[in-house]
This record gives sequence, structure tokens and C-alpha cells, in this order.
Amino acid sequence: MYKALADAIKDAEREKKTLAQTALEAESRDQGRPIEEIRAALKRALDVMRGAIEKGLTGDLYSASGLVGGDAAKLRQNPKGPLAQTPFRDILTRALAVQEVNAAMGVIVAAPTAGGAGVLPAILTGLAKARSVPDDKVVDGLATAGLIGAVVAERASLSGAEGGCQAETGAAAGMAAGAATEMLGGTPSQVGHAVALTMQGTLGLVCDPLGGLVELPCVFRNATGSAIALAGIEMALAGITFAIPVDEVIDVMGEIGREMDVRYRETAGGGLAATPTGRRLAKERLYQIKRSDG
Amino acid sequence: MVSLLDIIGPVMVGPSSSHTAGACRLGLLARGLIGGTPQSGVLQLHGSFARTGEGHGTDKALVGGLLGFRPDDERLRDALMIAEREGLDYKFEKTTIADAAHPNTVRISVELNGNKATMLGSSLGAGRILVQEIDGYPVEVTGNLHTIVLVAEDRKGSIARITGILASHDINIATLRLTRKERGGDAFMVIECDEEPDKAAGAELRALDWVRWTRRLDKVSGG
Repeated sequence: MYKALADAIKDAEREKKTLAQTALEAESRDQGRPIEEIRAALKRALDVMRGAIEKGLTGDLYSASGLVGGDAAKLRQNPKGPLAQTPFRDILTRALAVQEVNAAMGVIVAAPTAGGAGVLPAILTGLAKARSVPDDKVVDGLATAGLIGAVVAERASLSGAEGGCQAETGAAAGMAAGAATEMLGGTPSQVGHAVALTMQGTLGLVCDPLGGLVELPCVFRNATGSAIALAGIEMALAGITFAIPVDEVIDVMGEIGREMDVRYRETAGGGLAATPTGRRLAKERLYQIKRSDG
Repeated sequence: MVSLLDIIGPVMVGPSSSHTAGACRLGLLARGLIGGTPQSGVLQLHGSFARTGEGHGTDKALVGGLLGFRPDDERLRDALMIAEREGLDYKFEKTTIADAAHPNTVRISVELNGNKATMLGSSLGAGRILVQEIDGYPVEVTGNLHTIVLVAEDRKGSIARITGILASHDINIATLRLTRKERGGDAFMVIECDEEPDKAAGAELRALDWVRWTRRLDKVSGG
């Protein structure tokens, strides 16, 4: 797989291909698997993503601790709010739905991780619905997202324990923004700018879940991460460029992650987890989990 | 090498790809080392695994892996209970392995009918894992391919013999890494294969009198 998005963009533009095609061909070469087989695996992932959204929207799901749940349905039903009846609202709802399923130990696609699993399905399926994009184009979107994620994994990190939330929901937002930009007709170069414009907005984001549970704020960070991705898509498709090259934005995300204090890397030692209420809730709820296990 | 399907995946039971899915895969690999569900397992948790493991279901995922459950198996939720029923005696310890160790690291020691193995591995994020040590030997096993680990006397022609046996069983070698602790000491081989090594191939390797020990690790990641 590519180690720099700039290389993939250059190859795609020279060969007049999409980044999705470029990524699928690279994967096929690397793994010795036919492209159709890879697409079939991505289609299965898409089906699981849609299943999780459906379950999260209709189901009455609560996490083991009870800290999160039921909010996707609440958002979906609210008649008020400036985003009512827009794809934007629908995407936020979908992001919450997937994360509520995840927190309840339901089946999801970690894309790139479970903690950030709501953003990509929310953006891709939400925009696909709004713009009647056929499934094979959404599968292409997953391939483009995979390429972006692979470059982030190579150059920085996809782990909250290593790089904070910028490496999880931040990377997810970058992947989703790039994938959707291409899905909606953007050029490979616009995809690069969409990723950069999105990830600049999540740099420095800490991973500070209460009690170390992938619940709070993770569920909501997937919704706000989706909002940032939508901003990135909107700007990139308008032809707005970001002066710092995308690979350098990814590199600096890795650098910030490495220098981030361990309290802000999924250890529940800092951030929201360490607020007085955060500590109290975590203590109460962890006790509850232990009791229900025993 | 990072695969697209590692990034868009795995399909897994939540809530954390590194603390749940990756942990489950590490458990699966440890199980593979002794060829079945262990009777006893000691799991030493380091860093974030130790500090936030319980809330992420890391304990359930590791034990579920030892039981042979894969990351998308909904039985992971009840793995601790199932372990009791199946006679797997597990123990968790919190420890600091080394300053440089990856934050999500575990040392797993397992035993089945007197057959023991120890493995040190980390969950790198997005469900990807890396085993860094098996029985004290430094290795790099990702679980992306079927893997054979083997300890043999350090002697001439050993690689040719081993690769010959694998070829005769129609197994293609993807990567081969050879290390040893000292000259004339034991040689440690990690062989990643494109095809799943059959039992007969394993038996033939074990039958070599200069092969002290060999284990097959399952492919636990990738598409």
C-alpha cells in the first residue's frame, strides 16, 4: 500500500484513475488477491455498517455502564434544530447510532478503529442516501478511505493509546472526508485537500474517555468528527486548498501524538475523564459493571 | 505491510479495536501456540491494557481468544463465564513490562497438558497486532498469515530441509526469519506461509531429531 497520499494522488492523476481504483490495484498487488474479492469484502463491511446504523436507530441500546445510549433516536426524532431534515442531521444521527451499538458490545466495522467507527459509515451512507449514490460507488469510497487510513497508520498512528483521539475520530474524519469527496465527484487532488482540511481541525484532540470506556465522550466525538469531515468535504469540493500538504498534516498528527502526555492517551488520567464529575461517574459505573459481571 | 481490509475492518464486537479485537487476536495466537484451549493462563497486562482493560472488555477478549472465539463472535461478551465452564483457569496480573513496550501490551503464559508457552504481544490499533517474543525469542508475528515457529539446533542445511518439507506439502513461504541467541545455540525460525500448513507437514517437521520444538500459529487477521 502507499506510504504517502501524494504518491497515490500522482499515480491516479497520471493514469486518469480514481484513488479508489488506484488503492484497489495496490491492494491486489500487495495481497495477491483479485480486485473483485477485495471489493466483495468491502461490500460485506458496508452491509455490517448499514446493519449497525439500523440497529442503533431503531434499537433500545444502552452500554454496559448505562453512560450512553438512546441519543441517536432522540436526535432523529427532534423536530427542531437548525439542521432538521438535512443530510447533515441524518449523518450526525447515523454516527451516534453506530457508536451506541459499539458501546453495547454489538457488531460493528472498526474503520479505522471501533472508537471511531461511526464517522465513515455515517458520512458515506448518509451522503449516498441524500445523493442516490449506487452501492458500487460507496464501496469505492471504502477503498479510498482504506488508502487514507493505511497512510495514516504508516506515517502516524490509528491508536488512541498512542496518538490520542486525533488518531481515532480524527483519522476517521479524514478518511471519510477524502472518500466522500471522491464519491461526490472530487478529483484525487481535492481528496488530498479534503483530508488535510479535515484533519487540521482535529489536531491535538485528546483521548479522555471516562473510566477508559469507549463511551463518553467517544459516542459524541463521532458526531462532532462527522461535522468536521462535512466541513472538509464542502470546502474541498469548492476548490479550496490547504497550504500544508496532506502527508505533512498526517506526520504532524503523529508527532503531536507522540508528545502527548500519557494522561491524554486513553488512560483515563486526564481530560474529561479526570474532571470531578468524570471521576465520580466512572467510579460508580465501573462498580456497576463489575457487579453485573459477577 | 498495511492492508486496506485491516483499515476497513475488522468486523468485530465493540467497544475497542485495540482493547477488544486486538486483544482477542493475541489470545487466539497464544492458543495456537499450544494447539488448543489452555487449562491455565496467566495474563500480565501492561500500560493501557492494565489501566483501562476492564472497561474495554480486554479481559473478556483475551480469554475469549484463548477459548478460540474470533473478534466478531458475540460470545466474547460472556467469555469469562464460558472459561469457567470449560475449565480454563485464568489469572490477570497488572505489570510494567519495559519502559519501551507499546502501551497495549500483554504477556500470556499458557499451559495445556504440561505443554507450556509464553508470548509477548501488543495491540497496535485498528485491530492490528504484533507478537514480539515467543518463549524468550524475539520474533515479529502479525497473524496476517499462517505462521510456523520452530526451534532447531543451529546446523548446516537446516533451512533447506525445512523449506523442502514445506514445498513437498505444497506450502508456499511468504517470509522467513531466522534468529539465534548464540553461535551453535538454538536457531529460532518464524516462517509465514500463504497456505495453511496441514498436520502432516507439522508432524514431518517435528519428526526431525534436530528440531526441538515447533508450533503453528493461525492466521487471525487480514481478509
